[in-house]
Amino acid sequence: MADIEELKKKIMEWAEKSTKPKFYFKDIGKAAPEVGLREIKKAVTALVQEQKLELWSSGSTSMYGVKGKGITEEAQMGKHEE
Amino acid sequence: MAKFETPLLDELEKGPWPSFVSDIKRQAKKKPVLEDLLGQVELSYKDKETHWKHGGIVGVFGYGGGVIGRYSDMPEKFPGVAHFHTMRVNQPSGLYYSTKYLEQILDIWERRGSGLTNMHGSTGDIVLLGTTTPQLEEVFWELTHNLNTDLGGSGSNLRTPSCCLGMSRCEWACFDTQAACHHMTNRYQDELHRPAFPYKFKFKFSGCPNDCVAAIARSDMAYIGTWRDDIRIDQAAVQGYVKGELKPNAGAHAGRDWGKFDIVKEVINLCPTKCMSWDGKELKINNKECVRCMHCINVMPRALRPGLDKGCSILFGAKAPILDGQRLATLVVPFIKMEPPYEEVHALIEKVFDWWMEHGKNRERLGELIQRLSLKEFLKAIEVKAIPQMVKEPRSNPYIFWEEKDVPGGWTRDLAAFRKKHPL
Repeated sequence: MADIEELKKKIMEWAEKSTKPKFYFKDIGKAAPEVGLREIKKAVTALVQEQKLELWSSGSTSMYGVKGKGITEEAQMGKHEE
Repeated sequence: MAKFETPLLDELEKGPWPSFVSDIKRQAKKKPVLEDLLGQVELSYKDKETHWKHGGIVGVFGYGGGVIGRYSDMPEKFPGVAHFHTMRVNQPSGLYYSTKYLEQILDIWERRGSGLTNMHGSTGDIVLLGTTTPQLEEVFWELTHNLNTDLGGSGSNLRTPSCCLGMSRCEWACFDTQAACHHMTNRYQDELHRPAFPYKFKFKFSGCPNDCVAAIARSDMAYIGTWRDDIRIDQAAVQGYVKGELKPNAGAHAGRDWGKFDIVKEVINLCPTKCMSWDGKELKINNKECVRCMHCINVMPRALRPGLDKGCSILFGAKAPILDGQRLATLVVPFIKMEPPYEEVHALIEKVFDWWMEHGKNRERLGELIQRLSLKEFLKAIEVKAIPQMVKEPRSNPYIFWEEKDVPGGWTRDLAAFRKKHPL
């Protein structure tokens, strides 16, 4: 059983370094490959609840991102960028 | 007067079927923001491209599914649909509603949304179409607190499980589909609401092999009712059909004169495995050869009934995409008792989830993963022994891939000794 606080820290470090604004859940596993995806899920869920990570969904697929990085909730309301 | 001219949409009202355009126009009289919806959809037909942005960051607190963000890419022109989110609501098992419940849910949506619904989406959810971001938490609160109703699944989640109406109306149901669906929905709440799968995953429960929810075609894990003893035969009722005293198919096709019922032509010869015979007096079934096509039971429901030792078959890997890539499920568990507390089924489900989460690529459905890594690898992961019924084309591929442990002596046998006995 991984220490959840330590895992959360690793995930945030990995996410903030990532060049991609949004990433699939499975890719978050790269933040701590020694830990199972079930443990990663617990940490990711906590980070979403703490509003450090946020979820983007097309309806069929879900992706995670660091809050405020890439498209933001506010920017979605704006005009489509050409 | 309409806010926008909609000549292209108007064409869609001219066909013989009910039109979603007429529905939106009718609702627009109560909800003027829907004029903007009509305007935007008209423009999409004109431009031949959608004017909805792709997805969005939106949801209710603690959930990662159930809300699908929809934003207009022309919010200045169509402010009424600048945000027009969809909410997926978990439907009751078997789609049973009281009038009061329907009134309550529609009342919430008239007050807090567009009033437009889709009853039901292809997965089965009640789909509430079109609301603004500030209303999401309000709708969620009212659904959960006043109606004891949860959101459904969307995104890379377990999707809302669905089932046929099962034992509540159907004498052929081999397990209680509604109970199983409700149980699995509750047990796998975390998978439904917090996305961690490579892609979507669907459970569907059909009480018998007629498969009224098309589980075999549409779900990653299909539960289809079956029996493992013999089909029950009432020979007197068989005679009743032969003599024309009972209507075949319970009268479902009685609107036209099909001529005298011919048991040989309409039942015996249509059996896919030819496991039935009729000598003019007695109907016989070689039950070992029955593949549960249900045809004979459907034609003569008073004479034939499923056996009494009931449970379900579990199949994996179907998907039903809109364009191409349709895939039917593969039989993996021929028979399992489907009764509370469902522990054996939980163990199987959890092995499947773990294997798919570990090996599945992003946006890869379970069936695609099984095809990529092989059924053999899948069976190994879920600890199920291979059986001949799993082989799709048993006589077309002569190759068997043996594991070292399956071969006496493994790979280290003495080839020289072998060649001495079997010289080339």
